[in-house]
Amino acid sequence: MAGIGGAETTGKRVGWGLLNAVVVIYALFPVLWIVSLSFKSSKTLADGNFIPREWSFENYQNIFSTTEFTRALINSIGIALIATAIAVVFGTMAAYAIARLDFPGKNLLVGVSLLIAMFPQVSLVSPLFEIERSLGLFDTWPGLILPYITFALPLAIYTLSAFFREIPWELEKAAKMDGATPGQAFRRVIAPLAAPGVFTTAILVFIFCWNDFLFAISLTSTEQSRTVPVALSFFTGSSQFEDPAGSIAAAAVVITIPIILFVLFFQRRIVAGLTSGAVKG
Amino acid sequence: MAEIVLDKVSKRYPDGALAVQEVNLEIADGEFIILVGPSGCGKSTTLNMIAGLEDITEGELRIGGQRVNEKAPKDRDIAMVFQSYALYPHMTVKENMAFPLRLAKVDNATVERKVSEAAEILDLTQHLERKPSNLSGGQRQRVAMGRAIVRNPKAFLMDEPLSNLDAKLRVQMRTSVSRLQKQLGTTTVYVTHDQTEAMTLGDRVVVMRGGVVQQIGAPQFLYEHPANLFVAGFIGSPSMNFVPATLENGSLRSVLGDCTLTDRVRQLVEGADAPREVIMGIRPEHFEDAALVDAAVLAAGGKFTSQVDVLESMGSDKYAYFNLTGEQAASAELQELAADAGSDDVPGDGISLVTRLSSASGAVEGASADIWFDADKVQLFDPSSGRNLTYTER
Repeated sequence: MAGIGGAETTGKRVGWGLLNAVVVIYALFPVLWIVSLSFKSSKTLADGNFIPREWSFENYQNIFSTTEFTRALINSIGIALIATAIAVVFGTMAAYAIARLDFPGKNLLVGVSLLIAMFPQVSLVSPLFEIERSLGLFDTWPGLILPYITFALPLAIYTLSAFFREIPWELEKAAKMDGATPGQAFRRVIAPLAAPGVFTTAILVFIFCWNDFLFAISLTSTEQSRTVPVALSFFTGSSQFEDPAGSIAAAAVVITIPIILFVLFFQRRIVAGLTSGAVKG
Repeated sequence: MAEIVLDKVSKRYPDGALAVQEVNLEIADGEFIILVGPSGCGKSTTLNMIAGLEDITEGELRIGGQRVNEKAPKDRDIAMVFQSYALYPHMTVKENMAFPLRLAKVDNATVERKVSEAAEILDLTQHLERKPSNLSGGQRQRVAMGRAIVRNPKAFLMDEPLSNLDAKLRVQMRTSVSRLQKQLGTTTVYVTHDQTEAMTLGDRVVVMRGGVVQQIGAPQFLYEHPANLFVAGFIGSPSMNFVPATLENGSLRSVLGDCTLTDRVRQLVEGADAPREVIMGIRPEHFEDAALVDAAVLAAGGKFTSQVDVLESMGSDKYAYFNLTGEQAASAELQELAADAGSDDVPGDGISLVTRLSSASGAVEGASADIWFDADKVQLFDPSSGRNLTYTER
């Protein structure tokens, strides 16, 4: 837009600033509200103040005082990490094959994985419930990890194959000419270059697994494998008549933290333009 | 160091397309050979087959006397420089150059020594710790060369290594590639579509068209004795002029005027069983301003008068362009050459002619000029087959 008015005017800058502020407030307000709720004591919970009148860690103490939440947290982290790792490893291999090779049934494979991604998950919950019960997978970690991988793989394959296509094929040929076996070419040349894609995919898959509620509530029944989103829905106040909103808010804040850490940690690796300099000038 | 032999090597793709057809080529140890042709002529496919990046459908490839058809690229001990350089962007220049040695599990001291030697030769010593993205095009090109030379392979394969450089740098790199090859004495196969590179670099040039080898020979030989229309039109810049002509009782009739064939040409034409209608080819330098030619010599050639369309003075010479009325020489080969040069859709009727005149010529743009051409330098081609009717081994 620089071409229209030449230099950016003050008015324009203020306009953009306001617009940005509106968007940021709109996006972050609910988050701040939850954070505020989590720091209120049970007495002041419903007073309608945005900034808590008295700060208390009562809610946090509450959720960590029972195994209900801590156990769910362990389940969530374990299940999401395992599912992410497996999905990314298989996704990388499949995406590499799809991007590089012409094999019979390639289009079918891509089509089927797209089909899985489009399938409404809710329609699969009942059959999965029956299958897992008869296989003894119901209410176990693998019982959640398997469906997560199934639904995360298409996502992983799609994101990763886009990244692999970006990598010039000549690099692989060059590696072969330099004396590398196909395995060495992949490990030492292709994989390092695909790393940003792998990390992006890992984040997406992790968030998908972390946030899932549908499978988690349908395929679990006890603390043994219940994940945080489900555990939250089972929160009750200390008495039947007490609102668990404060505990839920505190738990919601807690489960946001791993996601933020995960993204921050991997974001450093997602350096755009890593492949620049490989080809041409 | 080894010789490379292609014995009736063909490449057919699964869809049936024949990319390379029965190429026979013996590359001597230490020879610098150029594969040249328009895009899609199969030169890169041939190179890739030598490299092992593409399978050979039929025929045999021998490197150093050993059949290597079934060998993986890494077992052939040849290095390749790619058009795009294909440097590993996540490695420094040093790591890039050391990569082949690391894969070969060479010990650290040797790697250090060889990389610094190569860097010395290629003037890269002060750039060793930089990443490829921080290098200029010419430097990247040199790193790609460095990666090829560090492990003293049996042969170098180069796939249009200079085509991504700007014109000035390309000329500079061309001489350094040539010098490097002489210095190392390694067998080199070099693919290019640039006929100047083909003329200046190689010991021998292989001209390819549509997967078929047209002619193999030293650059000067190809220039003076092209085997057919395609080679004649491809080699040389500005390229050879082609004019339809009629052979009649030992004389040649065309829009460039009638001329008597010299004995040498007549014998060749008779021996070649020439048709009546031919295509006459004549290089720009075989024209001259008629005013500057001795009367005795004048008779041994043809003469025509036409208006100078454009005159370019190069200082040492003058290039005069003419546009003569008449049918253009028509042949499949000429059409392909025009398409490759991108001039097939340039509008213009008639025959365009490029002549190189002496700088003493008084030709003026827009005015009429008398132009003479040397009848002994005329090459005649069969329009249907493209064969050179005046071809001779000498």
